[in-house]
Amino acid sequence: MLSYLANPARFMAFSAWAAPLFLAAAVLAFGVALPWALAFSPADYQQGETVRIMYVHVPAAWWSMGIYAFMGVASFVGLVWRHALADVAARAAAPIGATFAALCLITGSLWGAPTWGTWWEWDGRLTSMLVLFIIYLGYLALWSAIEDEEKAARLAAILCLVGLINLPIIKFSVDWWSTLHQPASIMRSGGSAIHPSMLGPLLTMAAGFLFLFGALLMMNMRAAVFRRRVESARARGDGA
Amino acid sequence: MSAFMATFKRDVALMWAGGGALAPVGYFLGATMLVPLAMGPERALLEAAGPPLVWIAAALAVLATLERLFQADLEDGSLDQMLLSPAPLEMLVLAKGLAMWCVVGVPIALAGAPAAIALQAPVNLVPAIVLSLALGMAAFIGVGLLGAAVTAGVKRGGVLIALIVLPFFAPPIIFGSAVAGGDQVAAALSILAGCALAAMALGPIAAAAALRLQAE
Repeated sequence: MLSYLANPARFMAFSAWAAPLFLAAAVLAFGVALPWALAFSPADYQQGETVRIMYVHVPAAWWSMGIYAFMGVASFVGLVWRHALADVAARAAAPIGATFAALCLITGSLWGAPTWGTWWEWDGRLTSMLVLFIIYLGYLALWSAIEDEEKAARLAAILCLVGLINLPIIKFSVDWWSTLHQPASIMRSGGSAIHPSMLGPLLTMAAGFLFLFGALLMMNMRAAVFRRRVESARARGDGA
Repeated sequence: MSAFMATFKRDVALMWAGGGALAPVGYFLGATMLVPLAMGPERALLEAAGPPLVWIAAALAVLATLERLFQADLEDGSLDQMLLSPAPLEMLVLAKGLAMWCVVGVPIALAGAPAAIALQAPVNLVPAIVLSLALGMAAFIGVGLLGAAVTAGVKRGGVLIALIVLPFFAPPIIFGSAVAGGDQVAAALSILAGCALAAMALGPIAAAAALRLQAE
């Protein structure tokens, strides 16, 4: 599948209909999940209505890490096989991942204020998530500081791969330093600790975020490919 | 190995001629001076929270020296010579990192002694703080090699280096502050040594990969 799409022409043909399709799937998933999560799912017996923030917070956190892992794979492919489309994919994913990370931090802060009694606490999970957000910013800043696009892609890819070490730190931070942030409750040995009536909307929201990422990623990538075509057409002198 | 030693000596000589540790140590002490001004000079407050802040000053001081680390080599063609040399670029980058540690890192660590005492650290803890700063400087410089290498072609890349490198400063800062705060000193020192070794082993590899691209 991925090697099939590695051809830019095939990717453009595929994404022309896949991007709107993913966007429609995202709208559909959010259309189901938002009312389900925000109105029809039960309030928590301890947290009350504030538990609903979780339905945005947790998917944003998952996919901000997932997107970074995706960028890591794309960077590796771009570095090793010098594949232009992989570079484009890594660059196109970064602003989305940064936005998800910011969303995760903001919703977490909003949830922490009434529940933990603090907007921010320097525990392992919060700190490592903030580190991820700053790594995203550094990645984007590096990319935009270097004019030669091919060089920028390679250098940013090296930075991205080095930054990968932060992902396991985020994942296991709650086990290593059990401070304020609650440990994993979905993916854990002994089954999920979350009630099915909440797991349903949560997973639907997560699917919505994933489809949204797919749609935005392909739109960003298409924009980048089109921009390159315009630039090379300009360099050839036609259309200018 | 002679290329390694030659690079090491050349960098030490160049940094020494450029003022050596004078500016970084001055920067470090100046930043330390701002801490009691910001926190207020009350002794109890400084005793409780002051000493770990030498780490902030040390991180800033080393950041400020990173910008020109590879830029000059890229501009004057030394980097091309290093690429042509039969010695692996990773080793030459390591030599540059070690030179920087000797000329800038160790003096900052030594300056950490008066700085920590001024911030009311207990005197019996000062040797451990100096040792921890020396290890932490190696970790900072190891990561800094990567930051300096990926931004070598960027004009006025100082802020960019800081943004790229600061997230990776987190582990040494955490354990370094534990030493400065007198909290499980032996364990924190061992972890710091681990950070320093890992950064000095992996930093040159990533930095060399970036420098090969810079020279293309």
